[in-house]
Amino acid sequence: MSDGEGSGGLISHAEWERPSVRWGIGSLQALLLVGLVVFGLGPILWLTKSAITPTLDTITHPMGLFTHGTAWSNLKEAWTTVHVGRYFWNTVVLAFGSWASQLVVAATGGFALSVLRPKYATLINGLLLTTLFVPAVVLLVPLYIEIVHPPLVHHSFIDSYWAVWLPAGASAFNVVLVKRFFDNLPREIFEAARIDGAGPFRLFWSIVLPMSKPILGVVSIFAVLASWKDFLWPLLVLTNPSEQPLSVRLPSIQAQTSLGVFLASMFIACLVPIAGFLVFQRSFLRGGGLGGAIKG
Amino acid sequence: MAVIDSSREPALPSTRGLSGVQAVPRRTPITWVRGGGLTTLLFLLPLLFVFGAFSWYPIVRTVIMSLQHTNLVQPATWVGFRNFEQVWHDPLFPVAVKNTAYFAGLALLFGYPIPLVAAVLMSEVRKRRGIYSALAYLPVVIPPVVAVLLWKVFYDASSLGAFNTVLGWVHLGPYPWLQSQGWAMPSLVLESTWANAGATVIIYLAALTGVQTELYEAASVDGAGILRKVWHVTLPQLRGVLLVTMILQIIGTAQVFLEPYLFTSGGPANATLTVLLMIFNYAFGNSLGGNYGAATALSLMLAGFLAVFSLVYLRATRSWSTR
Repeated sequence: MSDGEGSGGLISHAEWERPSVRWGIGSLQALLLVGLVVFGLGPILWLTKSAITPTLDTITHPMGLFTHGTAWSNLKEAWTTVHVGRYFWNTVVLAFGSWASQLVVAATGGFALSVLRPKYATLINGLLLTTLFVPAVVLLVPLYIEIVHPPLVHHSFIDSYWAVWLPAGASAFNVVLVKRFFDNLPREIFEAARIDGAGPFRLFWSIVLPMSKPILGVVSIFAVLASWKDFLWPLLVLTNPSEQPLSVRLPSIQAQTSLGVFLASMFIACLVPIAGFLVFQRSFLRGGGLGGAIKG
Repeated sequence: MAVIDSSREPALPSTRGLSGVQAVPRRTPITWVRGGGLTTLLFLLPLLFVFGAFSWYPIVRTVIMSLQHTNLVQPATWVGFRNFEQVWHDPLFPVAVKNTAYFAGLALLFGYPIPLVAAVLMSEVRKRRGIYSALAYLPVVIPPVVAVLLWKVFYDASSLGAFNTVLGWVHLGPYPWLQSQGWAMPSLVLESTWANAGATVIIYLAALTGVQTELYEAASVDGAGILRKVWHVTLPQLRGVLLVTMILQIIGTAQVFLEPYLFTSGGPANATLTVLLMIFNYAFGNSLGGNYGAATALSLMLAGFLAVFSLVYLRATRSWSTR
């Protein structure tokens, strides 16, 4: 009782003392927990179970629990025969490149706009904010045409990973987030560094970046997750199946293999996001509100 | 000191940079480079390149393409507003608009109250609140493609489908789920709510920590019970966040693509054809070459509608959100 860990203040201590409140709210919260386990965790547990259940059992008894034993072969078959291993690697490479591009753009851009502040920073800020209000769908077709027929360079970028990596960097949300963080760093430190003879590069690399690990961590987590989730854009610009990421391949995998192996493939596709979530839970739940809000 | 002074500059109206200030005496390229102008530009280069090429240019290009006939083979020709007219007179257009509005409406109905109730209850959890929020957020980290395809398995319309099996235990069903025109859209919304509600819960939880506890205490002193405190303190304190999440959710659901694309491809009988799916079909659905003009025209119509809608919404709710 006295720990008061999660009291939002809505229910006062005096009210908690009343048995009716304690039982009423307590049972509502217990009900909520049951609901969250059944609906939030349930589908994922089912996927985990079915990934190692023989296809026939999953089809005839979807809610049964290992009626005829397990089929670990599903996972192995998915990884090798269905080439999930290859697609998994593609996903990793795509996520890594998108992460790098987002981080470079947000860190250097945020630094220039927040610390160096040229005269035209206001204009760039305005243009960045405008893009926040433009729905992503507006970009879809012209961006695709630009990849097929890029201006200046007469070479199609279809089937090139750059077609995924570079556009990923154009996240105004990241830049605004990083810039805000830089804005709140103590100016005195920059000034002291300048007096000690540090140029902009030194300031960026040795002072601003080390002080900004928390925000760069949040941006990184969401960059990797967003890339892992991405479907439509890689579907459009990566036409060669052996280059496509897992999320793009999954619908086709469903058509060409048994249900058990397909579910095993989906299970593999979830592993990295779930593991990342469990490890970086704090960052997710702190920054998740923001990321989710903007993504809509 | 100069740094601190300049730090206030962005707060000034942006028009300032366009007029008088440029007349600073003797600003030559050389003083600009010496003053670090080139270095600054170097730092901005990645941002300018990436945004210029993959955000600002395509936005302008959309407007141009919507007024052109383009098929990537022949040179583009100007056609005025004919693309918009074509979309407007497409018999599928009203269907797609209606379906999208239906999806957005249902998503509000399913997905708006539940996260709020859950968050208010969770904020009063005394022990291990982390478990609650982790469980609520878990579906959000599942890749959307996996979520949709997994639910597609659950939605198996035979009596052996996962959902129909569970409902069969209480002698309900079997239900057709995705295969009936009436059931398809609610089924899509159900999955979408499952996949996204956790993010909203986290936003509300964050907002709830900002509610001043003194207000609760004052209400208690005045003899208010828990429900009255929720109604008269919690909800009014959250209204800013509530209004923003509502408009963001509407903007997000108006652009729903993945669910109709992967679940039903717009079927059965166009019952789940949404505006975004229509844009996709215009541009990429035809193997003979895309109707990019119509696709960009429709995407601009959607963006324009959302912009107007948001403005009207913000206007209409302004007095309420700031009191």
